[in-house]
Amino acid sequence: MVEIVVENLFFKYHDAEKYALKNINLVIKERESIAILGENGAGKTTLAKNLNGLLKPTQGSVRIDGIDTRSLSVAKIARKVGFVCHNPDHQFFAETVEEEIKFGLRNFGFSEKEAEKKLQEVLKIFGLEEYRRRNPFQLSGGEKKRLAIASIIVWNPELLILDEPTIGMDYAQRQNIQKILKSLVSEGRSIIVITHDVDFAANICERAVVLSRGEIIGDGSLRDLLSNQEVIEKASLRKPFLIELEEELGFKRFEEDFDSISEFLIRVFPRCRS
Amino acid sequence: MKVVELRNVSFRYAGSERNVISNINLQIEEGESVLITGPSGCGKSTIARIIMGLIPHSYPGELSGEAYVLGMNVFENPVSSIATKCGIVFQNPENQLFTFSVEDDVAFGPENLALPRDEIRRRVDESLKLVGIEHLRYSSPNSLSGGEQQKAAIASILSMHPSVMIFDEPTSMLDPSSSVSLVQSIFKLKESLEKTGKKITLIIIEHRISLLLNHVSRIIIVSDGRIVVDSDPITALYEGFKQGIPINIPPVLQIFFRIKDKCGLENPPKDLKELLTNLKTR
Repeated sequence: MVEIVVENLFFKYHDAEKYALKNINLVIKERESIAILGENGAGKTTLAKNLNGLLKPTQGSVRIDGIDTRSLSVAKIARKVGFVCHNPDHQFFAETVEEEIKFGLRNFGFSEKEAEKKLQEVLKIFGLEEYRRRNPFQLSGGEKKRLAIASIIVWNPELLILDEPTIGMDYAQRQNIQKILKSLVSEGRSIIVITHDVDFAANICERAVVLSRGEIIGDGSLRDLLSNQEVIEKASLRKPFLIELEEELGFKRFEEDFDSISEFLIRVFPRCRS
Repeated sequence: MKVVELRNVSFRYAGSERNVISNINLQIEEGESVLITGPSGCGKSTIARIIMGLIPHSYPGELSGEAYVLGMNVFENPVSSIATKCGIVFQNPENQLFTFSVEDDVAFGPENLALPRDEIRRRVDESLKLVGIEHLRYSSPNSLSGGEQQKAAIASILSMHPSVMIFDEPTSMLDPSSSVSLVQSIFKLKESLEKTGKKITLIIIEHRISLLLNHVSRIIIVSDGRIVVDSDPITALYEGFKQGIPINIPPVLQIFFRIKDKCGLENPPKDLKELLTNLKTR
């Protein structure tokens, strides 16, 4: 279980004139699924890096289980808060997929036998078995993305932050990662997803934190925020398809399952019943 | 005129046991706008690398077949000569930005074409404006967000006025409204250049089909290293749907394809509202 408390956080990159984040206040608890949404350059990644200690506040504080990130090492935080970069190339350094995945496990003191077992599990979940001995840098964009997630998820951090996880993923992989993230939350872990893919966010996240120009302009139920035209426009978002469908039909809670949505429409509309 | 022609092209990356693409035959005519899509790892980016000559010149592996771009034999000409006519925006913008300011990156191509100073300035202004990053002109590419870098990379290609432009997931890091406006500006640019008599061919690799569906004239679906579908957009997606290829078919079409026969619908709807309106009419 992990709890992160962000209080009056301001952050400025050392060579910048303006603050990238202004007056951020947030509490993140266990079993949360949060989408961080907002326009390009809104400060989403900067906020995520403040949550895992890669960046330290210019003013204010970020506390993980009561301890200020300024007094914790990045490695110590990483055991609890895993971070998957938007660019996998920034994350990779090993010569094979296997080594890439085992690196974290070894550093966190898993035995070689445990590491091997976990490696095999995660390769299977992410469909990367045949790439075990390949060089990570030679994989395709979507494969790299899956490896980047696999190599963090493998040590089961209590909070997993993913920066644009669906880039380069096809439909089947997107469904797969959705399923994986949902099951993490049901096991009591928390996830934070930074994404522009509002449909993906709506499928897995209950809560949304919407940023615009470095400030939080909305924090609450994702469904409420993404039904709000003002928030959508201010943060350059789009209404998720499922919310649009619900509003149009006046029904609540569809799951992203096109077979059952189609069956439903066939049942409701007389012209489909002939 | 054919701007791209691949004949029986197969490629296997060094160190890999299987071909990433097999027997690709592809012809693209001048002025076409083509979307190449398909499951991750299916060989889409490899096809782009072959058109640019990056394969075989920069990527080791086993190659067979023939490839021509604007009549040039790709395998026998250096990448530098292909790059003057054919520009590519890579999946990862950081791989193509390398100077200390956005302006320098955008000017780099035209400088290397040895264009006059005024023309370089004009093209830099124009390209920055088209992607909407005039305010980042003097920023360091390193300090930009992912989406801003992507725009800078696109501007650095636009300034070359290439006649063939390849985009490998050009909007992957952009927010929804910037993605839409970027795609619009790419097609607007094509249109405005065509008014001056210059034909532009666009080849776009994307998973996010919904962004491009109304802009492209043709969709090619690659699966397991082979071209499995190649036709007009709606037919291509319906075919992909029937074959169960895991591509990101827009939600409204996912539903349309499933119910169209049962509900007697003919024309694909452009959005959910239209689908529901059609369903309501008896």
